[in-house]
Amino acid sequence: MGEFTMPSLGADMEAGTVVKWLVKPGDEVHRGDIVAVVETEKSTVDVEIFESGVIDTLVVGEGERVPVGTVLALLTSAAPAPPAPAPTGGTPEEPERARPARRAAPQRPAARGAPVPGLTATLPPAQLHSPVLRHLAEQLGVDVARIEGSGPGGAVTRADVEQAARRRSGRPPASSPLARRLAAEEGTDLASLHGTGPGGAVVARDVRQGAPRAEATEAPPAAVAPAAPGPLPSTAAARSTGERQAALRQAIGALMARSKREIPHYYLSTTIDVGAATDWLERANLERPTTGRLVLPVLLLKATARAVAKVPEMNGFFTDAFTPSEAVHVGVAISLRSGGVIAPAIHDTDRLGLDDLMAQLHDLVGRARAGVLRSSEMADPTITVTNLGELGVDAVFGVIYPPQVALVGFGQVTERAVARGGMLGVRPCLTATLSADHRASDGHRGGRFLAEIDRLLQEPENL
Amino acid sequence: MNDDEARQLIRSTVRQVAPEADLDQVGPDETLQEALDLDSIDFLNFVVGLHEATGLEIPERDYPQLSTLDGAVSYLTAQTGGG
Repeated sequence: MGEFTMPSLGADMEAGTVVKWLVKPGDEVHRGDIVAVVETEKSTVDVEIFESGVIDTLVVGEGERVPVGTVLALLTSAAPAPPAPAPTGGTPEEPERARPARRAAPQRPAARGAPVPGLTATLPPAQLHSPVLRHLAEQLGVDVARIEGSGPGGAVTRADVEQAARRRSGRPPASSPLARRLAAEEGTDLASLHGTGPGGAVVARDVRQGAPRAEATEAPPAAVAPAAPGPLPSTAAARSTGERQAALRQAIGALMARSKREIPHYYLSTTIDVGAATDWLERANLERPTTGRLVLPVLLLKATARAVAKVPEMNGFFTDAFTPSEAVHVGVAISLRSGGVIAPAIHDTDRLGLDDLMAQLHDLVGRARAGVLRSSEMADPTITVTNLGELGVDAVFGVIYPPQVALVGFGQVTERAVARGGMLGVRPCLTATLSADHRASDGHRGGRFLAEIDRLLQEPENL
Repeated sequence: MNDDEARQLIRSTVRQVAPEADLDQVGPDETLQEALDLDSIDFLNFVVGLHEATGLEIPERDYPQLSTLDGAVSYLTAQTGGG
C-alpha cells in the first residue's frame, strides 16, 4: 500500500495544514493529480500526488497541522481492474489472451467470490470509470456510457469527457484570446465558465476566477473528515490576515537567517547593455496582439536559464555536498502586495519558448498573488531570479534560498552613457548581480556565468 | 466612451489587476505604475483589461499615454471616439 505524505514545500517548511482534500477514499488518482490543498506559513499550495493508484484512507483530516513526512493518505498501488470477463460468458475478448487468464484464475475468483456469469455484461459502463470522472461527467451533463474512450483498453479519460461536453454544447463560447490561452494552460473548459465580458464572452478574469483551482482555496469546511483522529489544532481558516502575514514574515526571516548562517555568499555585479533586447522586444510585440505581448523579464529569465548550461555550478542544491541539477527550474521572486515574497519555480525554463514562458510567468504571478501555487512549484526551484529593478532599484544583492546555490538579480533599466569602440553612446542598461554559494563555485565561474547571461541577451532572437 | 465611463473602466480594471491597490490615493498626474506598485506584468494585465473591455488594440508605443490616470482617461475617450 502506498503512502502519500506531507511534502516539503521549501527548505524552511517544517509542517503544513491540510486545508482541503480534493479526493475521497475509492477515488482513482494519477501521478500529477492535485489531491489536496495544504497551507504553509508562506502560502496555500495545491499538492500533487506522485503515485498512481486508488485512495484507500485519508489519514489526516482537514484542518490538521502535521509535520513534513507525515502520512496523509494511504493508497492501493493499482487501479481497480475493470470487472474480469465472466469465466463462462463468451466475452468478445480475443481468445489468445483470455485463455491464459482463465487458467491462472482458480484462486482469485474463489477467494473474492466468483463473479456471477452475465452480471458484468449488464453493469452500466459508467461503473468502469473513476468516481472523479463520473462526477465530472455529471457536472457537465455528459453521459459517460455514450463516450468512446481514448484511454488504455478503451477507458474513458478526463479529456474524453471534456471533449464530449464541448461537442454537446455545440461550439465553444465567445472568448478573448488571453482567456483561451489561460484556459488551455489551466486545462479549464471554457464552456464551463460564466462569461462576464462583452456579450457574455469569457474573458481572462473569468478563467482565473472560475478555474477549478480557485474553488480549492475557498474557506475550508470547519468539520474534520471522519478519518481524522486526534484533536483539531488551530486551523488555517481561523487565522486572520494579520496572523498570516506575521507567519509569512517569520518564515522568510527564519529561512534567510539560515541562509546567511550557513551559506558563504559571494557577490558579483556587471552592467549589461539591454538595447538589443529591448529593441527586439519592441519589434516582436508589434506583431503580437495586446494579449500576447512579451515583457523584458521573460528574456532575462530565459537568458539566465540558458546560461546555466555553460556554468552548471549555479544550478542545483547544496545539502552535504553540491548536487547539480539536470533540469533548470528557475524560481521567480514574486513580491506579494500584502507584504512578503515567495519564489515558486517555472519548470524547465531553459526549454520553454518565449511565448510559453511569458504565459507561464503570467500565470505564476497571478496565482502566487492569489495564494494558489502547486506543490512542485514551491519545492523544486534550482536557481532563483529576482527582478526588483522593476520597482526602481539599480541593483539587488540577494540572499540565496537554501538549499539552492545561486540567485541572480536584475536592476532597473536606465539610460547610461556607454563607451564602445572609442565612441560614447547612450544605451539602455541594467545591472545584473549574482549571489552565489562559495561551497559550490568560485568568483571566477560566477563571473563567467554573468558574462554568459550578457552574451545571450545580445542575441535575443536566439533566446 | 465619455470621461466618467473611462474613469470607471480604469478603476474597475485596476481593481482586477491589483485588488490591494488603492486608486483613491493616486493623484491624477501620478504615474500609476509607481504609485500602485505595478510591475510589468501587472501593467500588461491592465492594458489587456482595457483592451478586453473596449476592443481597442493598444499598441506598445501608446503605453506612455496610459501611465497616469488623466492620461489614460483622455486616451480612452479619444480612441473610442467619445468625449
